[in-house]
Amino acid sequence: MNSATDLATASSVGSDAAILPDDAPPVGLRKREGLTGIVLPPVLLGAMILGAWYFVSYVILDKDRRFLMEPPHKVWQNGFRDGPAFREMLNGMWSSGKVAFWGLGIAILFGFALAVSMSQSKFIERAVFPYSVVLQSMPILAIVPLIGFWFGYGFNSRVFVAVLIALFPIVVNTLFGLTSADQGMHDVLTLHGAGRLTRLRKVQFPAALPAIFAGLRISAGLAVIGAIVGDFFFGQGEVGIGQLLKRYAARLEGEHLLAAVFLSCGMGVAVFMAFGWLNNRMVGKWATVSRGK
Amino acid sequence: MQFPDGTRAISDVSFDVSKGEFVTVVGPSGCGKSTLLKIASGLLNQTSGTVEVNRDNIGYVFQDATLFPWRTVRRNVELLMELHNVPKAERSVEAQRAIELVGLKGFEHHYPKSLSGGMKMRASLARTLTLKPPLFMFDEPFGAVDEITREYLNEETLKLFQHEQFAGLFITHSISEAVFLSTRVLVMSARPGRIVESFDVPFSYPREPELRFDPAFAELAGQISHSLRGAHA
Repeated sequence: MNSATDLATASSVGSDAAILPDDAPPVGLRKREGLTGIVLPPVLLGAMILGAWYFVSYVILDKDRRFLMEPPHKVWQNGFRDGPAFREMLNGMWSSGKVAFWGLGIAILFGFALAVSMSQSKFIERAVFPYSVVLQSMPILAIVPLIGFWFGYGFNSRVFVAVLIALFPIVVNTLFGLTSADQGMHDVLTLHGAGRLTRLRKVQFPAALPAIFAGLRISAGLAVIGAIVGDFFFGQGEVGIGQLLKRYAARLEGEHLLAAVFLSCGMGVAVFMAFGWLNNRMVGKWATVSRGK
Repeated sequence: MQFPDGTRAISDVSFDVSKGEFVTVVGPSGCGKSTLLKIASGLLNQTSGTVEVNRDNIGYVFQDATLFPWRTVRRNVELLMELHNVPKAERSVEAQRAIELVGLKGFEHHYPKSLSGGMKMRASLARTLTLKPPLFMFDEPFGAVDEITREYLNEETLKLFQHEQFAGLFITHSISEAVFLSTRVLVMSARPGRIVESFDVPFSYPREPELRFDPAFAELAGQISHSLRGAHA
């Protein structure tokens, strides 16, 4: 009788020659592009946008109406380099950032719990799903004042607005992810008598990770928007970036307004990239399609 | 077997497989071969008839490799042992043995996405080997790989069959694969699937790849092919 080692050598010698032809792992294609290939296109487009902006400021608008759209360097000088105003904006960002952070955190916990229970029970899924769509299609701007009436204009109400806006993508993506695992993997577990919890832990949750991250990235941006919208409409209490935006707009302070808008965008981009990084760390190694960068 | 929508997948199917036997069911696509295996393994319940299979420890090799993409080859091979609470130390020894047995040594830390179709099937085989099942069921496992790889995998399946001493129940629509592997070939007709004929394969093990060019091999394959056509008509 053959020994195990004999068999192993025999098979590895015979086989590897055979599997080499179609053994072309689809990795490494992306890395060759290099930094210029990745950085150049957005820089180029950015330069074109700046050019168009200058064109509007100096060519289309005459001097009296230039305040409608001050050129980029003016925004830089009077928006970002104006010490007191800039500090005011940073404070506003800090306030709104906290709201977004807590809003996203609560939306993640709640949305995740909801999605897991929906995946476990068709009854819960059928009960909850229509309302989560309602939540998503609700004109949030319209009910923000109502939320103010009900819960006041403090921190909690703002977090509530952020949660409302950020919840849906987390629920939908997590649920989609939890149900996305191949039937084959489920069959493997069924054959070996695995229970619900094992199934959730070994198949559904890992299979859901790419979708969960896709949802998180959308929701992170939405939580930032929610925090700003709440602040914008409440217009009282701790001054966040939303109230500043409103104030600058009312005073026709274009440079300050644009600077504040850029800062808000920066916050959204930062959380988006943070989750993208986390996604690549946790899923990049094995997922066949990595979603964005 | 009758499905809720009224489809009769298989009827009047009766056979047994015992230790030392490698039984292959051949039949046209959609004749209910896979359904047969799913019933035998307990993945599906039959609507009538009896199945007596010791289901404590069945090895089941799927049509696809069904590897878990987030696990490396090594962790994939350990999966079934995890499900059966095999201690960690034993898991890693047993996984390594199985990986070497299927010739995947050196690929332990690769993720499935960087493996070829044939290598994925090997990993899947290794995963099934770890529990040393006395009965192996194969559901058209090599249908998706190219001809050359399929022949190699067939030869290795036979080595494993001899080495691990399991009983085999194999499903395929390739006649030459069926004859090459088996001690017995069952021909199944189109829906509703019935076993129409049974052929004993007289060749002894170990079987060399050249067996495929033996006139006796061709003759038997011809008979089975004829039987399949008759079943189809």
